[in-house]
Amino acid sequence: MPTLVYLEDHEGELVKGSLGVLTKAAQLGGDVAVVVCGSGVQGLAAQAGRYGAARVYVADDPALVAPLPQPRVDVLEALVRERGFDTVLFGASVLATDVAAGLAARLPAGLNWDLVDLEVRDGKLVGRRPALQDSVYADVGWKGEPRLALVRSGTFEPVEGGGEAEVEELAVETQDFSRQAVMLERAHAESEGPSIEDADVIVAGGRGLGSPDKFGLLEELAQALGGAVAATRAVVDAGWYPYATQVGQTGKTVSPKLYFACGISGAIQHKVGMQASGTIVAINKDPNAPIFEYADVGVVGDLHQIVPKLTELVRERRT
Amino acid sequence: MRLAVCVKEVPEASARTRIDPGTLRLDRGGAATLNPFDAHALEEALRIKERTGEGEVVAVMMAPLPAADSLRKALAIGADRAVHVADDALAGSDLVATARTLAKAVEREEPDLILLGQQGGDSDGAVLWSALADLLRLPVVSQAASLELAEGKVAVKRQTEYGYDLIEAPLPCIVAVSDAINEPRYPSLKGIMGAKKKPHETLNAADLGLGADEIGEAGSRTEVYALADPPSRGDSVRIEGDGAAAEKVVEYLTERKLI
Amino acid sequence: MTRPADFPPPFDWREFVAEPTDPPDERIDVGVLVVGAGPAGLSAAIRLGQLLEEQPDVRERLGDVPVAVVEKGRAPGAHLLSGAVINPRAFRELFPGLHTEEMPFRGAVVREGVYFLTPKRHLRVPAPPTMWNHNHYVASISEVGRWLAERAEEVGVTIVPETSARTLLVGGGRVLGVRTGDRGRGKDGEELPTFEPGSDLRARVTILAEGTQGHLAGVASARFGLASRPQVYALGVKEVWEVPRPPNRIMHTMGWPLRGGKQYREFGGSFIYPLGEDKVALGMVVGLDYTDATLSVHDLLQELKTHPFVHGILAGGTRVAWGAKTIPEGGLQALPDRLSFPGGMIVGDSAGFVNVPALKGVHYAMKSGILAAETAFEAVRPGQTAWGPGSLEGYDEGVRGSYIWTDLHRMRNLRPAFKHGFTRGALLAGLSLNTLGKLPPGTMELERDTDISVTVGDRARAYPTADGELVFDKLSSVYLSGNRTRDDAPSHIRVDRKVRREVAEAWRHMCPAQVYELAGEASPAGNVVDVEVTASNCVQCGAISAKGGRLTPPEGGDGPEYALM
Repeated sequence: MPTLVYLEDHEGELVKGSLGVLTKAAQLGGDVAVVVCGSGVQGLAAQAGRYGAARVYVADDPALVAPLPQPRVDVLEALVRERGFDTVLFGASVLATDVAAGLAARLPAGLNWDLVDLEVRDGKLVGRRPALQDSVYADVGWKGEPRLALVRSGTFEPVEGGGEAEVEELAVETQDFSRQAVMLERAHAESEGPSIEDADVIVAGGRGLGSPDKFGLLEELAQALGGAVAATRAVVDAGWYPYATQVGQTGKTVSPKLYFACGISGAIQHKVGMQASGTIVAINKDPNAPIFEYADVGVVGDLHQIVPKLTELVRERRT
Repeated sequence: MRLAVCVKEVPEASARTRIDPGTLRLDRGGAATLNPFDAHALEEALRIKERTGEGEVVAVMMAPLPAADSLRKALAIGADRAVHVADDALAGSDLVATARTLAKAVEREEPDLILLGQQGGDSDGAVLWSALADLLRLPVVSQAASLELAEGKVAVKRQTEYGYDLIEAPLPCIVAVSDAINEPRYPSLKGIMGAKKKPHETLNAADLGLGADEIGEAGSRTEVYALADPPSRGDSVRIEGDGAAAEKVVEYLTERKLI
Repeated sequence: MTRPADFPPPFDWREFVAEPTDPPDERIDVGVLVVGAGPAGLSAAIRLGQLLEEQPDVRERLGDVPVAVVEKGRAPGAHLLSGAVINPRAFRELFPGLHTEEMPFRGAVVREGVYFLTPKRHLRVPAPPTMWNHNHYVASISEVGRWLAERAEEVGVTIVPETSARTLLVGGGRVLGVRTGDRGRGKDGEELPTFEPGSDLRARVTILAEGTQGHLAGVASARFGLASRPQVYALGVKEVWEVPRPPNRIMHTMGWPLRGGKQYREFGGSFIYPLGEDKVALGMVVGLDYTDATLSVHDLLQELKTHPFVHGILAGGTRVAWGAKTIPEGGLQALPDRLSFPGGMIVGDSAGFVNVPALKGVHYAMKSGILAAETAFEAVRPGQTAWGPGSLEGYDEGVRGSYIWTDLHRMRNLRPAFKHGFTRGALLAGLSLNTLGKLPPGTMELERDTDISVTVGDRARAYPTADGELVFDKLSSVYLSGNRTRDDAPSHIRVDRKVRREVAEAWRHMCPAQVYELAGEASPAGNVVDVEVTASNCVQCGAISAKGGRLTPPEGGDGPEYALM
């Protein structure tokens, strides 16, 4: 099953999500190659080897400087056709999603997305994806080849296994229409921390905080963890925190790896906005709060004591 | 200037959506509505038309016939014309088959700008516009948090994990808007009552020149095998009191490499 | 003695009556306007559509949109809730030749049972004749609404959903139509960027079919002096469950969990109906003249489910729907003195055509819609007007000469009898029934729900705690109703915000959607407390309007989205 993994890079580093997909591909066995697109990216090739790639194709060209999808579709199409890959894997991101979808139309090929697992069953590649707000899981597959897959961000952990990869430079040719979109300004990492939709860690507060200034405690913890602060409808209604941070049925839906629910009772209107979170830690005075029914860690206690202590401990560990 | 907006119908949030165990397809039985994400695309199209003082907004939808009501809502909100592609043969279309169908319908309109919403709600994965762009061989910009129209081109602020890029593309092109771009308007009473009088065309696959092997299940390359319950969250841990609670939490999270 | 009537809401009907203001190019003209896409309104629309199909020249006169129905819910059916066991009589009248299999019903009533419940046991009692349901059908009224809307569109009716009718347009002493509500206002009434003002919607005839506690019906009643006697209400909270084996009969219960003592005034019971092959609809209905401020119909329904008799029916099942709505219970003596006024008529539950002992209202609503349509049709013919004195009185005559009147007259003393408590009430009711309403003679008076004193009792102590499987809390129920009203929507609820604690507690417990909370700490009885209102939870059941507040129409599209109710 000759597999190609699309490796994304950002500001000189290979993106963790795509390295995780590479690790998984290597585990599934067979020949795994990767492709890295950009300008001045040869240096990243060696990294790829350490995460399980047997071969690294480097498409290094000024046309690929900007993180725009369409020229990358041209590169991948040529690579897939010429080298006969039957499987192409992507770690989902804004860019990777656009590339995968464009490639699916180009080849054409079947694309399954939002996968949270991949396995080989009876010689066939099978993906697993959640559906209907994570209430049901579907096993999905492909008819014919190549098979394209987009893996949900952060699903697989990158594991270094040593190993060296062969590096091959590709000649890059792009279509006229692929070059029409031009990047005038490029985004850089935001200094205030991630938005709640992108954050890996969220520290959320509800009525149990008692007063708006207590959000300061949550901000400290979020900062220590590199995460974002969110709020429930009740406190946003009361003007304690901005609507942009509201999680819930009438706010945003988030699925971070780690979600702290501080002083939040956990009514369903809130739950539907965060139930897909990886691990939920709830801190609440009321042992009967509904949130304890679905939190992974339920702490019955005073958040005003516990949250600062958590912040302290996290900071200690970081140093 | 002609603006084409691709819209779809999704089940009402309150509807009990389920996957039909027989066909393993989304059971669209029950109340459905115009995709709220597409409302942002339609709104942006209407604003452009209002800003430039001229133009035509065409709403294009690929869906079974009963979805005509949702398409009419686009007319009520302000679209000038509606094009509905309906055909039993389209059932079971995957991403590429859907994109092929929409490409043919959109191409027919010769639009200057094609707008889409950021996702489909029920099972979509933010993939349609890229596939559409490739088939139409047009530049595409996604996740638009703002859109400015200048002489024959658009300037878009694209929102990614890293912040905002500023991207320019010449017309004709495709822009997929995020829900941050605008607040969609409500239809006026006049709009609602006038919707039925606006041109509303219904086409089938043959009208678009689509072959049987290009659409529906026959034209699709992905399949669903089986359904399963999501993995249970596992045992939850209960921690009482304030004394060592924080330490225990940190221990738990460290063990699982979450900190 | 603390009564909700002591704290009237900041509501003046005059705020909702106005002359038209839109210039001709902005206003919308229709032939006949129906407010509300429920059974009454849609029947009126359908009947009109049928009549106009037969008389194209009359249709011409009515312009581009001969018949329009405005509906404040997302779609017809979204705000409809009922048991329901329907007498198909009005369906047959409206659709002659239509077979019952083609009607939007979920099954014929084959068997029925009436039960008296004690905390642990159930006793079958003979069903009173008023409750015999042979040849009747179980249905979901939301489904009926959707079905009727489709039939209406087939005869050329224009249905306009997500549109609330806020103001009665009156000029020259007659109703000219309605002004629709604005959309896109913020919490303090400010105009948001999406602000869309309402429009003047003018019609030759306006039929008010807003259901229980109809807003404009109340305004019209005040403006034209239509009613001299109070209406009384019951609150019903209902759930639909998917179960492995639905019961083989429709069931009604009385007794537990309601208390029979005269001092409690807890009149009502429950219904349990099989809904199709895999579902059960069940609900608790209680008159709003109860005296214990801690009574909560939602929680009584939860309690009911813990009874072995009911628990057994739901075993292995999942709750799939929840909703709440009030029912006008006053019967004959609560009907307005006049049902028509210059330029308009009131139909359905807004008038109060509900036969409480038989638990029937749908076919009366539909019949009244048919009668109103026929009157409207006559009034729009060439040479006729809809606003001359008596132009629409044909409708009043029609209702009085119909089975609506005969049936309500026969039942008129049953409900009021129960203010004497369960036992004495049952005796009086039995007497009335057996003499077909002739005894006791005369007509018993009804007391306004807001005039009943409330005290903080201890009923709440027995409510079961939510477990998310059988027993559910109010917030998760509101979620299940499909209510996604935006949080910054302006409040549509008029209620005094500083009231005595007993009244605040009564509202807090009464409201099935947890709209009312007491701000701050509990104070000793007798003190005045602040009331916090979370209007976006509201499912527009109307209970607050019966108990001291006043609902006005929220922005179009807001509120529940009932599909199976």
